Amino acid sequence: METVLKTPGRSTRELILRLEQESGTRISLCYQCGKCTAGCPAALDMDYGPRQVIRLLQLGLAEEALRAGSIWICATCNTCSSRCPRGVDIAALMDALRRQALARGIVTDRQVATFNQVFLNQVRRFGRLFDAGLLMEYNLRTGQLLKDVEMGLPMLKRGKVRLLPDRIKDRKQLEEIFAQVRNRRGEP
Amino acid sequence: MMRIAYYPGCSLETSAKEYGDSTRWVARMLGVELQEIPDWSCCGATSAHSSDHLLSLALPSRNLALAEKEGLDVLTPCAACYNRFRAAEYQVRRDQTLRQEIREILGIDYQAGNHTISVLELLVDRVGLESIAARVTRPLAGMKVACYYGCFLVRPVSITGFDDPENPMSMDRLMKTLGADPVAWYLKAECCGAGLTTTRPEVGLRMAGEILKNALESGADCIVTACPLCHMNLDMRQGQVQRRLPMERSLPVYYITELVAAALGAEPEEVGVQRHFVEAVRYLKELPGEADAAETDRGGSGQA
Repeated sequence: METVLKTPGRSTRELILRLEQESGTRISLCYQCGKCTAGCPAALDMDYGPRQVIRLLQLGLAEEALRAGSIWICATCNTCSSRCPRGVDIAALMDALRRQALARGIVTDRQVATFNQVFLNQVRRFGRLFDAGLLMEYNLRTGQLLKDVEMGLPMLKRGKVRLLPDRIKDRKQLEEIFAQVRNRRGEP
Repeated sequence: MMRIAYYPGCSLETSAKEYGDSTRWVARMLGVELQEIPDWSCCGATSAHSSDHLLSLALPSRNLALAEKEGLDVLTPCAACYNRFRAAEYQVRRDQTLRQEIREILGIDYQAGNHTISVLELLVDRVGLESIAARVTRPLAGMKVACYYGCFLVRPVSITGFDDPENPMSMDRLMKTLGADPVAWYLKAECCGAGLTTTRPEVGLRMAGEILKNALESGADCIVTACPLCHMNLDMRQGQVQRRLPMERSLPVYYITELVAAALGAEPEEVGVQRHFVEAVRYLKELPGEADAAETDRGGSGQA
């Protein structure tokens, strides 16, 4: 098959611009040296390494980048960004990719996205994190009922886990913060 | 008396209870008054910044704004909270439009005029190593310790900026002040695997294993950290790591404030060291002492 070079379409250009704005970085700065991937502690388990994710964006293959499993493996340790000789904020870009993937409903790793969703639901309802509830709901929703159950009793014995959530007083304000953010989402 | 707003965050009251207890103990001994932020709420951690940018700034800002009303800077012992607070104050401070937006979302006239500090900054910069040295009554003589900074305390440099992101040394200097013998190792600022130990155990446990392995290879008998997430991965999950990566011996993992408290005269149980998963009280009570420390000094911490 013949390879034809072409300019990315309008929706792709808009998506890339949005990713650049949100992460405050420029994709075109990257000269593909690979220092990010070399230092990434999670790269070993990624489909596309950080350098390749940037390359996909440079090539206008934004959809492919949004589907990369690596954006959900990135732990935001910021090693890549702090080492990049061209000042590309790769970690911020990974963050922006995760948010865009979420907004567009293309989530290739349900585990991490579900964890985040359950976590934030708790914050909205209680104002604080309720570990036991978080793990139970996460296990239920990901169908791994026995995950980490062996930690439960030892945590309890060590006084490291609450059986009931700790609620803040001004939960109304928390609801309001979440509602306000929801209303503003999608606006430039 | 130094006064500072105290943000325990969700972990210091549950899974990292000993970090909270030892922080309060150390603050009391060093004459730092901790004023807990009334009705504080969760910082949103990684879940917020992975899901919504504005939410990730609004959640820490609510707490910063509550402390600002009292005219106080904020102490966040949890490194993850610290990182989110610093990110929020940094962005809100330099962007007027964003500041207005956050004010509207919170319904509070937040100016981003106050600052967040970590326990490490409190001890090294505000209290000072000389004044800590003067209060040491039980030096941690002979303790071979790997000072583990992880990610959140030192990166991104633009928002943390108090130590070097590649070879931070402030915790090493603090440990020397306490009489311990920090080892030189290269994964001191590497990621512990963070939440991946929960969501992607095969990835997260491999990462935690790398840290433990490098500490062990470098001659450390224990690790010291300032992050509940790192502690959870290295201490609570050390058994899970060892099932994949057998270790010659287990490594106790201490919170920075537990070691300061011990050197200042606290019994380990007083500050909660018995709550760890890897037995950590015995090593602290039976430190090798001066002689052994002098003998191994030639290896020392060659990075200083």
